[in-house]
Amino acid sequence: MSMKISRTAIAGAVALLALAGSVQAADGTLKIAYLEGLSGPFANVGEVGLRHLQFAADKVNARGGVLGQKIEVVPFDTKTSPQEAQLVFKQLVDQGIRYMMQGNGSAVAIALTEALAKHNSRSPDKTVLYMNYGAVDPSLTNDRCNFYHFRFDADVDMKMHALTSYMAAQKDMKKVYLINQDYAFGQSVAKAGRAMLAKKRPDVQIVGDDLHPLGKVKDFAPYIAKIKASGADAVVSGNWGNDIALLIKAAKENGITANFYTYYAGGLGTPPVIGEAGVGHLKQVTVFHSNIGGSKTAEEVAAYRKRFPDSKDDFYWTSIMTAVDMLTRSIEASKSTDPTKVAFAMEKMKADQLTGEVYMRPENHQLVQPIFVSTFSKANGKDVKFDVERTGFGFKTDARIEAKDTVLPTTCKFQRPKV
Amino acid sequence: MEFFLVTTLNSLSYGLLLFMLSSGLTLIFSMMGVLNFAHASFYMLGAYFAYQTSTYLGFWPALVIAPLAVAFLGALTERYGLRTVHRYGHVAELLFTFGLAYIIEEFVHLLWGRAPVEYKIPEILDFSAFSIFSTQYPAYRVFMMLMSVGMLACLYLVLTRTRIGLIIQASLTHPEMVEALGHNVPSVFMTVFAGGAALAGLAGVIGGNAFVTEPGMAASVGTIVFVVVVFGGMGSLAGAFIASLIIGAVQTFSVAFDYSLATLLTGLGVQLNTESAWYELWKVTIAQAAPVLPYILMVLMLIVRPKGLMGTREG
Repeated sequence: MSMKISRTAIAGAVALLALAGSVQAADGTLKIAYLEGLSGPFANVGEVGLRHLQFAADKVNARGGVLGQKIEVVPFDTKTSPQEAQLVFKQLVDQGIRYMMQGNGSAVAIALTEALAKHNSRSPDKTVLYMNYGAVDPSLTNDRCNFYHFRFDADVDMKMHALTSYMAAQKDMKKVYLINQDYAFGQSVAKAGRAMLAKKRPDVQIVGDDLHPLGKVKDFAPYIAKIKASGADAVVSGNWGNDIALLIKAAKENGITANFYTYYAGGLGTPPVIGEAGVGHLKQVTVFHSNIGGSKTAEEVAAYRKRFPDSKDDFYWTSIMTAVDMLTRSIEASKSTDPTKVAFAMEKMKADQLTGEVYMRPENHQLVQPIFVSTFSKANGKDVKFDVERTGFGFKTDARIEAKDTVLPTTCKFQRPKV
Repeated sequence: MEFFLVTTLNSLSYGLLLFMLSSGLTLIFSMMGVLNFAHASFYMLGAYFAYQTSTYLGFWPALVIAPLAVAFLGALTERYGLRTVHRYGHVAELLFTFGLAYIIEEFVHLLWGRAPVEYKIPEILDFSAFSIFSTQYPAYRVFMMLMSVGMLACLYLVLTRTRIGLIIQASLTHPEMVEALGHNVPSVFMTVFAGGAALAGLAGVIGGNAFVTEPGMAASVGTIVFVVVVFGGMGSLAGAFIASLIIGAVQTFSVAFDYSLATLLTGLGVQLNTESAWYELWKVTIAQAAPVLPYILMVLMLIVRPKGLMGTREG
């Protein structure tokens, strides 16, 4: 008897839950879950991305939303931990959210794609679509690729390809030192850097290859002493967040003159730390920076600064803008908010972005876009129009690698869902 | 040579900072028999108070005000927290400090947010003090070392040359006797607790801007401080001093060694390749294992000599 009652109760509860789910979907907002470390050592990085997503969503909402629905950003704190992120993923599924965005930390991204793949194959009628704006471990669009995962930043190999092509042309470069964070992303930077430099400049010596714990090192002075002792004239680092700011801070304090080739020195505390000492020495490889030129770029940067006037806020993540733009147009093209239909539309998307024409690559869902190598320089109102973090210094383009030249072979073979 | 000198200086400055933290912890332990889990939280509060004060008054007033504020909080903690909990035994005290650490962390989250705050070193100290061959050595590190050594000297003088020091030392070993002589032992305890907290606060003031001031800073330094105290011997100031310098050197120097078990095995004539069993493990270099080395040292010390380097009591 009691057995029977409990079964009825469970059935009732399930029905109620299902009802709640459908009510949520029909309440007129399109929810995008934002999964990022909003506490812990990388909280500042997570907050910057959130402001960009809000900025992009506001623009869509200002012109009436998408299919009559407003975009609502729902932030979740993953503490930049893969385990925590998988729990958060369950939460957003329970809340009936169908779109999610993440970009900081490839270890988190890998955990999320695994959870996503499992969920989507089990519940084909409740699929979730994953927009990755910055987790750039190459495996995410190669061996670990997934039909519902789309990456809007260029991956480690694409960026390293661009960066090493530029480095190869620096005739006076003799000794290179690699220092990276010890996890999926940092390891792939080190591996790609080694392999590509060996191919493009066999005469250059790799004098060091360090992996340090992610987000735990508060004092980089010992590493800098080691770099100094190696006699390196160029340092390559994929470090991000505090790990790059503290590395550069220690380098400056110890008076290192080597060139720093970085992935993420462009913001979040690094420019104010180095100041004048970085001019000509600090370089970055990115898919965007504020001084790539064009009146549209200038307008966008100005609009962002108006919305977020704090000196620490700079327009940085074009990948978030592209993701939201492609999402809304894919929803409009497929006339549906069902992630599976939207994904089919999204993989054929082209877009006219600040950097030029970009497109989604259908084989592995990697956005193909130009890549820039730029150097820290004094702002001059001309080619260095915008400074970073109001320091009076900004980035100046050294090389622009066209979109078609950034395409690399892929091993991705994902199964497309049947419709 | 250049590398050796610079790294030695780096390890000294780090080791001295560790000592500033662990001296308070070890004093409190030897006096009250309580391992204060919230000690590193006082370090964090010192950094945040200094940051807040320096935005209004500048760095130098903060150097005085922040440790005093932390000392005040320490005194309150002892008077209205620990003393009440004391009668329920050591486990209750331990749990109390454990909970306090979490409360302080959440308090910091609420007040200053979860991201690092911009607590900068004062401009007057932002230059390179001298050069070792071609490496510049930042003046602020020199300042840190001077502060630590100065504090060490003061602590030593207070404990050995003043009446207060004598009473403190006596209360450490013979509290009943001291009480019988008419001294207020509970207030001595409170003073020591406040003093220990102030030392941690001072370490926070000068460490917060040299490294990063963020809510995770207590957790990141907390475990290391315990290692220092256990390694040096519970309750021994001299032990804590030596242990701080050793742990500082181990953490700083280990970064430089790219040797792994694979290097050793290859040297012994064992052939290794990516197919070998446990290849990933053999390949881990000392530099990569740096964060875990202090804990290995602690475990070894506990096995070989459970009372620590200079400790007087067993276990």
